[in-house]
Amino acid sequence: MFELLIDYGPRLLDGALMTLKLTFLSVSIAALLSLPLAILRHSGGLAVQLPIRLYVSFFRGTPLLAQLFLLYYGSGQFRPELQQLELWWFFRDPFYCALLTFALNSAAYQLEILRGGLQAVPRGEIEAGIAIGMTPRLLYQKIILPHSYRIAFPALGNEIILMLKGGAIASVITILDLMGNTRRVFSQTFDISVYFWAALIYLLITTGFVLLWRLGEKRLTRHMQHQLNGSQSTTPITATRMEESAHVS
Amino acid sequence: MQWFDYLGFGQQGWGDELLGGLGITLSLALLTLPLGLAIGLAVAAASVSQKALPRSGAVFFTTTIRGLPELLTLFIIYHGAGLLINKTLKWLDPQAAFFELSPFVAGVVALALVFGGYSGEVLRGAWQALDRGQREAGLAFGMSRWQIFQRVELPQILRLALPGLGNLWINLLKDTALVSVIALNDLMRMANVAVGATKKPFLFFLTVCLIYWMICIFFEWCIARMEKRANRGVQSL
Repeated sequence: MFELLIDYGPRLLDGALMTLKLTFLSVSIAALLSLPLAILRHSGGLAVQLPIRLYVSFFRGTPLLAQLFLLYYGSGQFRPELQQLELWWFFRDPFYCALLTFALNSAAYQLEILRGGLQAVPRGEIEAGIAIGMTPRLLYQKIILPHSYRIAFPALGNEIILMLKGGAIASVITILDLMGNTRRVFSQTFDISVYFWAALIYLLITTGFVLLWRLGEKRLTRHMQHQLNGSQSTTPITATRMEESAHVS
Repeated sequence: MQWFDYLGFGQQGWGDELLGGLGITLSLALLTLPLGLAIGLAVAAASVSQKALPRSGAVFFTTTIRGLPELLTLFIIYHGAGLLINKTLKWLDPQAAFFELSPFVAGVVALALVFGGYSGEVLRGAWQALDRGQREAGLAFGMSRWQIFQRVELPQILRLALPGLGNLWINLLKDTALVSVIALNDLMRMANVAVGATKKPFLFFLTVCLIYWMICIFFEWCIARMEKRANRGVQSL
């Protein structure tokens, strides 16, 4: 069991780095994408809301694997056209395709989470901002966005973990992430313990991330700490966390 | 050939193959649901237990399952359990033939474990939300613990857990696509086969996406109706 780790450990670590890279990039792109979309979804007209709702429904209502195949293999059907547009280099590369799919998928989930945060900002805070003459831009910058991100924070952490786990399917389109390398090593050695090592690495990454995110949450809510420690008011936070943990991409 | 010829039924089209795959996808999900719910209830029962051992066991199970990619769980069950069964068979009878775990069974077991891990948390939350007084009232009536669970607690747990369980059911439906990776002929894999034969990847994967989408929308509608029905006795504030 341990000999395997000496022989193949570096490859698993390489894979883990790839997994982290893919997750980090796709989640960051999704974060940039989801903010304007969430604001439009929250306060735009029907003509803006409808396409966004369709987008969210599609990406949350279909398997990530199907989305990945649609983009990676499906683009092959339009190869001549894509070559003409000089976009083929992008769709030919499994890494870019996985990145785009995961970013679009994660953006759909993050958008819904953020929208929930936007809705949960107390009306009075916004009215107070208007009353002291804040422009809409300042209102978003100083009141609405900080508060809604604080509300959405635990759920966003969950979404990132789901992306990390869901990203394992990138191995199906030949990306050598942690899962991809694990499958390779297994097909060479037929040693089942490689799966357990991979499981251990995944668990370490997810627990490490959960702890890190909790620190971030503590920092974001530090002005409320005395209330939180004193009474049962921590329950709303754990409650949203539980609800959101239900979504798996 | 036009696009609808590809999706048609009969010799030329792939519609009947896709439909067969859809049947496997749905039966996989429907078989997994009761098994996963049973695991979830057991996990929830263990995590509200007064003894430390079942409680820590439940915590270990849920954190492990929820920390692992579903694909990895599937591979561990498919390859790992297969290997384990073969080793035991060899140990019992050195002449035993090689036993191959069917991808379908492996898929059901793996997805049920995942569903159990997540639903355990949902059910525990619902269980703990119940008023203690109800159990005490049951005890005062002389009901046994099993009777209290079955007649007082379970109906309310199901009502409170319904939104969470509904989400998990949708996720389960989507996760079934993963079994195509271990060569089970579900909807996803039949699309792969069709693409291999026709070289029309976009058409078939888009069709598959739309089918999954329709199924999810249909079940979301069902769950919303069930929630409405389950809450009909509850006064809205």
